[in-house]
Amino acid sequence: MELDEKAEEILETLWIRTEEEGAETIPLDELEVGLKDAVVGQLLLAGNITVSKGEVGLTARGLPRAANVVRRHRLAERLLTDVLATSETLLNERACKFEHLLDRGLDDSICSLLGHPKVCPHGKPIPPGRCCHEDRRELQKVVSPLSRMASGESGKIAYIYAPQAAKLQKLVSMGILPGAPVSLIQGFPSYVFQVRQTQFAVDKEIADAIYVRLVEAEPPGEGEQKEEQQRPPFRHRFRFRKRRRGEV
Amino acid sequence: MALKYDDFIESALASIEALLGGDYRLSKRAIALCLLQEDPDLERQVKEQEGPSYSSIQNIVAQTRAGYSQPLYQIIAQRRQQEVRRIVTLAATSAAGPREGFAERLSRVMMNPITGVPILLLILYFGLYQFVGVFGAGTVVDFIEGTLFGGWINPWVTGLISAVIPFEVIQDLFVGEYGIITLGLTYAIAIVLPIVGTFFIIFAIIEDSGYLPRLAMLIDRLFKRIGLSGRAVIPMALGFGCDTMATIVTRTQETRRERVITTLLLALAIPCSAQLGVILAILSGTGQALLIWGAVVGLVFLLVGYLASKVIPGERPSFYMEIPPLRLPKLSNVLTKTYSRMQWYFMEVLPFFILASVLLWVGDLTGLFDLILRGLQPVVQSIGLPSETAVAFLFGFFRRDFGAAGLYDLYSSGILLGVPLVVAAVTLTLFIPCIAQFGVMLKERGIKTALAIALFIFPFAFLVGFILNRALISLGVSL
Repeated sequence: MELDEKAEEILETLWIRTEEEGAETIPLDELEVGLKDAVVGQLLLAGNITVSKGEVGLTARGLPRAANVVRRHRLAERLLTDVLATSETLLNERACKFEHLLDRGLDDSICSLLGHPKVCPHGKPIPPGRCCHEDRRELQKVVSPLSRMASGESGKIAYIYAPQAAKLQKLVSMGILPGAPVSLIQGFPSYVFQVRQTQFAVDKEIADAIYVRLVEAEPPGEGEQKEEQQRPPFRHRFRFRKRRRGEV
Repeated sequence: MALKYDDFIESALASIEALLGGDYRLSKRAIALCLLQEDPDLERQVKEQEGPSYSSIQNIVAQTRAGYSQPLYQIIAQRRQQEVRRIVTLAATSAAGPREGFAERLSRVMMNPITGVPILLLILYFGLYQFVGVFGAGTVVDFIEGTLFGGWINPWVTGLISAVIPFEVIQDLFVGEYGIITLGLTYAIAIVLPIVGTFFIIFAIIEDSGYLPRLAMLIDRLFKRIGLSGRAVIPMALGFGCDTMATIVTRTQETRRERVITTLLLALAIPCSAQLGVILAILSGTGQALLIWGAVVGLVFLLVGYLASKVIPGERPSFYMEIPPLRLPKLSNVLTKTYSRMQWYFMEVLPFFILASVLLWVGDLTGLFDLILRGLQPVVQSIGLPSETAVAFLFGFFRRDFGAAGLYDLYSSGILLGVPLVVAAVTLTLFIPCIAQFGVMLKERGIKTALAIALFIFPFAFLVGFILNRALISLGVSL
């Protein structure tokens, strides 16, 4: 049964409050709806929620559906940040609209495109979908964990997600930071990659944490480009001279 | 000029600075920055000095942290790197894009498992076997021990001592069977030093070339199975030179779990260069014997490492390492490193060899030595070795390399041959660490862990020897 946007948003709030924040049920007032509202009726009819004594809870049927709404919202946030370079202030508002467009399996396509991200830009976990468990070769990706890149592929570090802060700190201290250009040299037996002038070897666990925006799909008007403009004009002279020397 | 961060961080810095009243050696801004990055040392210091206002500082830090989706140290590091890049582009242009040329091609070949493993074997064969084993432990030892000490120095000193000192007991202290000069000095200078020296030369060349991080990268997957990360190859490789030195180097490992496992494996299954040199020299007669020794010790290494990683609690290690460009080793670097390591080794080893000679002399004189030997003989015989080998095991207590040198004597006098020779080589390799290594283990790992390791190794070494002896005999292997 189809749900409208309002209903999906209620499911989303319910899921976050119960699954992530540990509440059992949520009062109707908190959801800003009344028992007689059409949207509540819709959800009750679909068997997604239960209401007793003004408290709303998710049913076993509603749970995966609600998780899927959250998944779409957070994937939308990732898409907006990693690919479309949306600023953080606009992020939530736009993602809220975007999530409703990502239904009917479109979420799995976006998820594959983004290299099956595990968390949203705010660090909240993204509920995994069917696509995250299947280890098939996918359609063209835009963002990929370093561990799933092919040797020779390159891009820029989009973000780093390490469950343990200590591991992230090690990477940061070695200068492996978002925005840095990266290319994978080798993927077995360990991952060898180059960031600017330096090569590193890491294990799978760390390679899983580094998400790379692949080079072909680079969005316009982003961090490194600004740096490009800051470069002083005489740099071009050097470039020119160097090329000349190469030709001779 | 201070680097400016974004407004949100700047205002947090300003309010923290205003709250800081204590006396620090660093500027208030530096302290505030460290606090935002949650530096545990500074947090402790500030807590001590500021007292009640520390909680307001904590509040500011928490608020600032909540404003970002990334950890603050990453935000700060990113801003710093941006500034660094700005300055660098002003001042310099970089000529090279990606690395290229012969060094890079060689590097890729070394890191590719298909070509990398044969390269490793080549390095082991030429570096360890040919240079340390055949040249160091063979040619050089033969010359120094046989010609220099055996032919000239020892007869001359023996003559001198006998002429100067009239009492035979005192003569024995210097030039007897366990004499300071004929045993202690001869072993130290003529057998151990050339072997350790040739190893340190090879190790310095490998270290200076930048090969070790590539080896670490190749071996990481295997080492994860035994609870270690690829980084552990550095203490392990150094262990083939001197396990005592390598046990000190375990400090560079990140977790206690890794340090304990590495210490255990160093003590058990990594032969030091003196042992290795002697073993390579005496087993090189039959390739089969050498193969059995290598396979058994390697198997023990992996098996015990695997079991230890199951038993010893702690988090899985992670592997990350910078891969520096390959460089041609510089002679001056190699010489300096070899010299300083040999100096360290010699200063540590020589007093001990002399002390061991004295102890053995006292033991011999009082009959205590015989008593221990008689106690060891049945143990040694139970694993199929002639009772004379008990001496080598007793020496092994004093120093690993001492024991190895004792083994060498037994081999060259024709007492040990065939199957018992392999069994003796394996058991002595696994056998308890030398006193120096045990001392370092006590210091680095604490008495409980060090004792536990020693108590495990002692019976285990003999058990492996026992099983190997039985297996070789029942399989009808003749060497």
